[in-house]
Amino acid sequence: MTRHLKAAAPQLAALFLVLLANWIVFPEFFHIRVQDGRLYGSLVDVFNRGAPVALLAIGMTLVIATRGIDLSVGAVMAIAGATAATLVNDGHGAMTAIAAALAVGLLCGLWNGILVALLDIQPIIATLILMVAGRGIAQLITEGQIVTFVDPALIFMGSGAIAGIPMPVILAFLALCVTLFLYRRTALGLLTEAIGINRRASAYAGVNARAVLLVAYAWCGLTASLAGIIAAADIKGADANNAGLWLELDAILAVVIGGTSLFGGRFRLVLSFVGALIIQAMNTGILLSGFKPEFNLIVKAFVILVLLLMQSGASGALLDRLALIRSRPRLAPEGKEVS
Amino acid sequence: MNSARQPALLDLRGIAKSFPGVHALSDVDFTLHKGEVHALLGENGAGKSTLIKVLTGIHRRDAGTMHLEGQPIDLHDPADAQRLGIGTVYQEVNLLPNLTVAENIYLGRQPTRLGFVDRRRMARDARALLAGYGLDIDVNAALGDFSVAVQQLVAIARAADLSARILILDEPTASLDAQEVATMFAMVRQLKAQGLGIVFVTHFLDQVYEIANRITVLRNGRLVGSHATADLPRLDLVRLMLGKELAEIESADHAHGPGRGGLCASFRDFGKRRYLAPFDLDIHEGEVIGIAGLLGSGRTETAKLIFGIERADRGEVLVDGASARLAAPRDAIALGFGFCPEDRKTEGIVGELSVRENIILALQARRGWIKPIPAAEQKRIAEEFVRRLDIRTTDIEKPIELLSGGNQQKALLARWLATNPRILILDEPTRGIDVGAHAEIIRLIRELCGRGMSLLVISSELDEITVYSDRVVVLADRRHVGELRAAEISPRSIMAAIAGTDAPVAQQERPA
Amino acid sequence: MTLIRSLRRLLAATALSAVALSAAHAEDLTIGFSQIGSESGWRAAETKVSKIEADKRGIDLKIADAQQKQENQIKAIRSFIAQGVDAIFLAPVVATGWDAVLAEAKEAEIPVVLLDRTIDTPDESLYLTAVTSDTVYEGKVAGEWLAEKTAGKCAIVELQGTVGSSPAINRKKGFDEAIAVHAEMKIIRTQSGDFTRAKGKEVMESFLKAENGGKNICAVYAHNDDMMIGAIQAIKEAGLKPGSDILTISIDAVPDIFKAMADGEANATVELTPNMAGPALDAIIAYKKDGTVPPKWIQTESRLYLPDTAAAEYDARKDLY
Repeated sequence: MTRHLKAAAPQLAALFLVLLANWIVFPEFFHIRVQDGRLYGSLVDVFNRGAPVALLAIGMTLVIATRGIDLSVGAVMAIAGATAATLVNDGHGAMTAIAAALAVGLLCGLWNGILVALLDIQPIIATLILMVAGRGIAQLITEGQIVTFVDPALIFMGSGAIAGIPMPVILAFLALCVTLFLYRRTALGLLTEAIGINRRASAYAGVNARAVLLVAYAWCGLTASLAGIIAAADIKGADANNAGLWLELDAILAVVIGGTSLFGGRFRLVLSFVGALIIQAMNTGILLSGFKPEFNLIVKAFVILVLLLMQSGASGALLDRLALIRSRPRLAPEGKEVS
Repeated sequence: MNSARQPALLDLRGIAKSFPGVHALSDVDFTLHKGEVHALLGENGAGKSTLIKVLTGIHRRDAGTMHLEGQPIDLHDPADAQRLGIGTVYQEVNLLPNLTVAENIYLGRQPTRLGFVDRRRMARDARALLAGYGLDIDVNAALGDFSVAVQQLVAIARAADLSARILILDEPTASLDAQEVATMFAMVRQLKAQGLGIVFVTHFLDQVYEIANRITVLRNGRLVGSHATADLPRLDLVRLMLGKELAEIESADHAHGPGRGGLCASFRDFGKRRYLAPFDLDIHEGEVIGIAGLLGSGRTETAKLIFGIERADRGEVLVDGASARLAAPRDAIALGFGFCPEDRKTEGIVGELSVRENIILALQARRGWIKPIPAAEQKRIAEEFVRRLDIRTTDIEKPIELLSGGNQQKALLARWLATNPRILILDEPTRGIDVGAHAEIIRLIRELCGRGMSLLVISSELDEITVYSDRVVVLADRRHVGELRAAEISPRSIMAAIAGTDAPVAQQERPA
Repeated sequence: MTLIRSLRRLLAATALSAVALSAAHAEDLTIGFSQIGSESGWRAAETKVSKIEADKRGIDLKIADAQQKQENQIKAIRSFIAQGVDAIFLAPVVATGWDAVLAEAKEAEIPVVLLDRTIDTPDESLYLTAVTSDTVYEGKVAGEWLAEKTAGKCAIVELQGTVGSSPAINRKKGFDEAIAVHAEMKIIRTQSGDFTRAKGKEVMESFLKAENGGKNICAVYAHNDDMMIGAIQAIKEAGLKPGSDILTISIDAVPDIFKAMADGEANATVELTPNMAGPALDAIIAYKKDGTVPPKWIQTESRLYLPDTAAAEYDARKDLY
C-alpha cells in the first residue's frame, strides 16, 4: 500500500497544489453546502465536471496500456448522448435508452478493436476514422439539432444525486471500481501490460493478444458512452456538434499526467482518474479566478508543462543531483597510489 | 611495475559503485597499457558492464581514482569520455540503420562547406577510413543494408576515428560467424599496432586466447585477478571465473538419456512453402533432440513451425496418436509445448514486467484471464524457480530487463517449466550467456529429460549439442538433411552432415 | 422511430451526395443554393426556411450540402453554372478563395447572392448582394433592452462565444456600446462558454459561486441561446430563479429559449433570423423582373422577443429546428 502511495506522490502533490492555488484565488473554494439534496460547492464542481473526462480516461488508460490510442471517444460520447436522447423522445423508457446508448458505445469500441486487433491498422489511424465519422453519425441521429428531453430518469443520470453526491461522480467512481475489479482482480491487467510492452513475446507465451486488445477498445467505447450519457443528461439535451468535442485530448492528457506511458505497458487507473481531476481542478480554478478568457489556454498549457516536468525523468535526475550536492559522499582521497 | 615505464594509458584504483541493494563494484583496480588488448572477463553479474559504464561516463563511481596517462580524470557523462578519447562499441550496434555508412561515421561532426554538409568529402573520407582497414563497401548505402558484422566494423572504425586512445569492445563478436570474427580481429590488431589500448569483453574463451595480451577477471563485483594471457591456462581461467572446480560443470561424458519413452508427438510431411521443406519428426518422452545447422539453415524455422508461430501449409501433427491443430502458439501451449526463443529481448522477455510476472505469464495465459493465479501462489512459483534455477536477482519484483542475459534466460526457462510442458524447445539457450550459467543450463537440460520431458535444443555449439543430445537433426538450406543417433553423434559427424557427405569438413571451431 | 428515419436519411444522403433535393414545381425561376452543411440547429433551420420561402414564391430551389468543405461548394457552383440556373445563393464556408469560381458565374451572367456570411474579394461586382445580419447590432439590442429593464443599474455576467470568433467579438462590442452610457451597468465577470450548453452551464456554475452564490448578479448576458439554456440550469441548481432572481438576455431565438421564456425562466432573446433566403429571393425576383439592382448589403432584422409571445413563437419554430 505504501508502495502505491509513493508511486502516486507526484500526482497527489499536483492535485493538492492546484487545489491550493484555487483556494488562494478563491477563498471559498472548499465551502460546501447542501442545495436541493445535493452537495454544492466549487470542490463538488471539480468532481462533477471532471467525471466525463475521468470516465474517458479510464478507458483510454486501458487502450494506451496496450500501446494504442483511441481518438474516437469524444465522437462516441456524442453518439451515445444522441442515441439516448432520441430514444426517450420516441417514447422509450430511460432504462432502454441508457442500455441502448451503452450498447452503441460498446459497438463503437468493438469496431475500433476489430480494426486494430484483427485488421492490424495502426490505432491512431483506426480510431481517427470513427473520430471523424462518429460526429457525423451523431448529427444524423439528432438531425443536426440539439435534442432536448424531459425524461426525469435520464436527467437524473446527469443532475441527480444519491446521498448528496452527484450522479456523475457516483457513476465515474463506480466505473473506476468495476474497471479495477475487471482488470486487477483478474489476470486481464497483467495480460494487457504484457502485450503493451512486448506483444510478440506475449503471444509466444500464449497470451491471446487480439482478445485483450478487443476488450480494451470495447471497454473504452463503453466508458465513453457512459460519459456521453452523463454529458447529455447534464444539459438535458444531446448536442451532437459539441458533446465531447476535443475531450479525447483531455483524456489522453489525464492518462499521461497519471503517469501511464504512451508507449504502453504499466498502467495506473486510479492515477489517470486523479489526472482527470487535476485537469478539471485547473479549469474550475481558471473560471473562478476571473482571468480574461483569452488567457485560459495559456494558463492551462503552462500548468500542464509544469506538471509533466515534475514527473519527467529529467527533472527527477535534477532533483537527485541537487540532493547529491547536499549530501555528497566523500570520495577516496586522490593520489592514493598502489604499486 | 609501472613506475619505471611511462605511466599506464589508463589506471583505475579502488573503484566502487553501488546501486540500491547491490554493491556492483567494490575496490576494483584495472590497468590498461598502450598497444594492448585487455580482456575483461567474468560471469554475468560480475561487474563488467558496470565497470565499462564507469569508464564511459554513464555511471559515476562512488569511490576510487581514475588516471589517463598519469592525469587524474573525472567523467560526468559519455561526452566527457569521448573528449578524452575513450570510445565504445556495443554488442548491439547503436548506430542509425537508416542513415548511410558515411553519415554514421561522421554523425555529429559532418565536414561542411559554406555551412552545408559536404557530402562528397564525407563520402571520400569515409571510404578512405574504411579502406585503411581493408573494408571496401559502398559508403553511400544505408548502414542497415549491411550484415551485422559490417555494421560492427563500421562502428569500430567510427569509434577509433573519434576517440583514438582507448577502445572498449563490449561483446562485439556475439553475433558474428568465424570469418567475420577473423576480419574484426584483423582490424583490432591494426588498431593495437597503432597504439590504442583496447578493452575486450567477450564470452568466447577461444577469442580471448587468440587476441588478448592480458586478462582481468571480475567476480561478484570484485577483482579476482589480472594476468598475462600466456601465464594463465584455460583451466585456471575458468576456475577464476566460476570460483569453483571445473569438474562440476564438465561432469562425465555424455551419458545418453535413460532410454527412450513412448512416442509423444509426431510430425508428418510437415512444412511450409518458401519457409521450410516438409519434414518428418518423432519426439519421444524423455528424449533430447539436438537441432544443428549453420545460421539460416532452418533451425529456428523448424522451432517456429512446431510451436505454431508460423502456420504449416502441409502435413499434420499427431499428439498421442490423435491429429492436432497447430495454428498459433496458444494451440501449441495447449498441447503441452513450450518455446524459449533465441532472441530473448524481442521474443522472450516482457522487459518492464517483474521477474515474477514473467515467470507466471505462460501459465496465466493458459489458465485464461478469468482465473488469475493468486498472489501468494505467484510468489511461491516465482521464488521456487528463482531458487531451483539459481536466478540471480535481488527481488522477484525487479523488472526482468534489469537482469543479466543468463538470468533472463533462466527466468524464461522457468516460465515454461511452470507450465510443466511435455515438449520444450530451446533455441540457442546458451547464446550470450557466461560460462557458469551455460553449464547450469546444460545441467538443467539433462535433469529435465531425466524427468520425462522431451527437449528440442537448437544450438550452434557442436560440442555442447554432442554432450546432451540423444539424437541430432541436421539442417542445411532450410531442409532436414540428416539425423544422427547416439554413438554417431560427434562434432565431426555433424559437420560432415552439414557439409554433405562428399564435401570436406571445414576446420573451424564454431560453425554458425 | 427517429433512429430508423435517421438511418434512412444517412442512406439517402450517401446516394444523393452532391446536388440534391429540388423543390416541388418549377416555375419561371430556378436557383441553386450552395449551403455550408448542417453543423448547427440554426444552419438546419436556415436550410428548411429557404425551402419554404422558395416554395411560397414558386421558385425551384436546388440545395447542395457542402459538408463544411469549400471544394464541395465550388463544385456545386460549377454544376449550377453548367445547368444554367437563374441565380446562385452561396453561404460561404470561408471568406477567401471564391474569386475564380464567382468570375465564372459572372461570365455566365448568373447573379450570385451571399447568405449569412460575406467574402473577402477585391472585386465586389462578383456578387449581386449579401444578405446578412448585423451581429454588432444584435449585441446592441440586447444591451439596450437590459438597460431599459433595469433602469440602467445592473451587475452583469457575460458568457462569451468562442474566443476570437467574429460573432463573439461583435456581440460583445455591440453590448458594451449599449451599456457604456449607463454608469451603473457593469460586466463583473466574463468568460468563454464556447457557444455550447455544456460550457455555458459549467461557466455559470463558477460565476454563481464566485459572486456570493449568485446574490451579486443582476443579469446574465449570453452570446447565444444555447449557452443561456445551460446557464439557466446552473442557476436553478444553485437554488435561484432564472428570469427573476437573475435576468437573462441572449441572442439567436432558437425554440428552446422560447420554451424557457414561456416557463418564466428566461427574459428575452434577440433573433438571428434563419430566413436569409426570403429577402434574397425577393431581391432576385425584382432584379430579374425589371433589373432593379439591390443594395450591396441587405441587413436582416434583429428583432427582440419577450415572454409574452414566447409560446406562440415556440410553436411556430419548433418544426424548423
